[in-house]
Amino acid sequence: MDSNTVVSWPRMSENIDGFGLSPKKSDEVHVLAVDDSLVDRKVIEHLLKVLACKVTAVDSGLRALQLLGLLDDQKIPSETNDFVGLKVDLIITDYCMPGMTGYELLKKIKESSTFKETPVVIMSSENVLPRIDRCLEEGAEDFIVKPVKLSDVKRLKDYMTTKEVRGESQGREGIHKRKLLDTSDVSSSSSPPSISSSSLPSAPSVIDSPTRRLKMASTD
Amino acid sequence: MQNMEVDQMQRQYLDYIKSLFLEGFLDGQFLQLQQLQDENNPDFVVEVVSLFFEDSERLLNDLTFALDQKGIDFKKVDAHVHQLKGSSSSIGAQRVKNCCIAFRNFCEEQNIDECLSCLQQVKQEYCHVKNKLETLIRLEQQIVAAGGSIPTMEFSF
Repeated sequence: MDSNTVVSWPRMSENIDGFGLSPKKSDEVHVLAVDDSLVDRKVIEHLLKVLACKVTAVDSGLRALQLLGLLDDQKIPSETNDFVGLKVDLIITDYCMPGMTGYELLKKIKESSTFKETPVVIMSSENVLPRIDRCLEEGAEDFIVKPVKLSDVKRLKDYMTTKEVRGESQGREGIHKRKLLDTSDVSSSSSPPSISSSSLPSAPSVIDSPTRRLKMASTD
Repeated sequence: MQNMEVDQMQRQYLDYIKSLFLEGFLDGQFLQLQQLQDENNPDFVVEVVSLFFEDSERLLNDLTFALDQKGIDFKKVDAHVHQLKGSSSSIGAQRVKNCCIAFRNFCEEQNIDECLSCLQQVKQEYCHVKNKLETLIRLEQQIVAAGGSIPTMEFSF
């Protein structure tokens, strides 16, 4: 039972490097996680690591932009720009943050030439349809309602792997917005323990075309 | 002999954690976190819970201060409660989270008395869950120290 002697933590040693400027394995997904909550950062970081993603977690939109080299004072010619080599495969950000919101961060990312193709996922504790709409319209790939579960992150990873395999950027059709329709989360504060749900597949059959459903709702 | 001890401890642990769920102190999100703990990250739950304690205590202090002011800035109070709601939700501290939901409503109404009452309530609920979690972790550590493994809960209700 004592197998404590040899524990290989390849992911850990790469992370010590800090901001991912070291060459990453080509199949390893690098995720930039942005959340002002210490607890949530810890949770999301771990969720992603469990799925073998390399994670860089920062506490603000400003930090994220700094890391991505997108702050106004960082607009220097690419020859001298250290950040040109930074590979980020996914950015996952909280919506409600002091200073810069996740939405504002999303906009800045989508306006950039370097990272506009990078998928951005928004997390929020509030299941507010107009908010979700706005984010999706601004180019967010997906929207996760907190608290974040392993199944949420798994879904994202599957999406990313598929994208890489296909070698093309997916449109929004493939988005699972299961959480949108999970109205039981919205109203009831006494949600039953989701013990059984963690073992179920994450996408209920009701949602076949979430994007269309969303569009229909907004044109009514 | 040791096996019997471990069995007992495991039973005690299971009974305890079940009660926490039945009494609404914890919800499914806590189980999610437990499921994420493995040999590579054996202290994950303890780490997150510790962060939650730190974070909550800071927020409760901030709330006390904010509600003690002559001119209460309800936006600020709401922001703190929102944060506490978020972190308690993320670790599955259901009662604390529910307190925060009610608290936010009163912030919106700018009802000072109710807000003060909510603050007391949330402090109490926080103390309760803190004790419970500390006990739970202690039970886990006892089991591991005795050479046993922490049993996983498998029941639905």
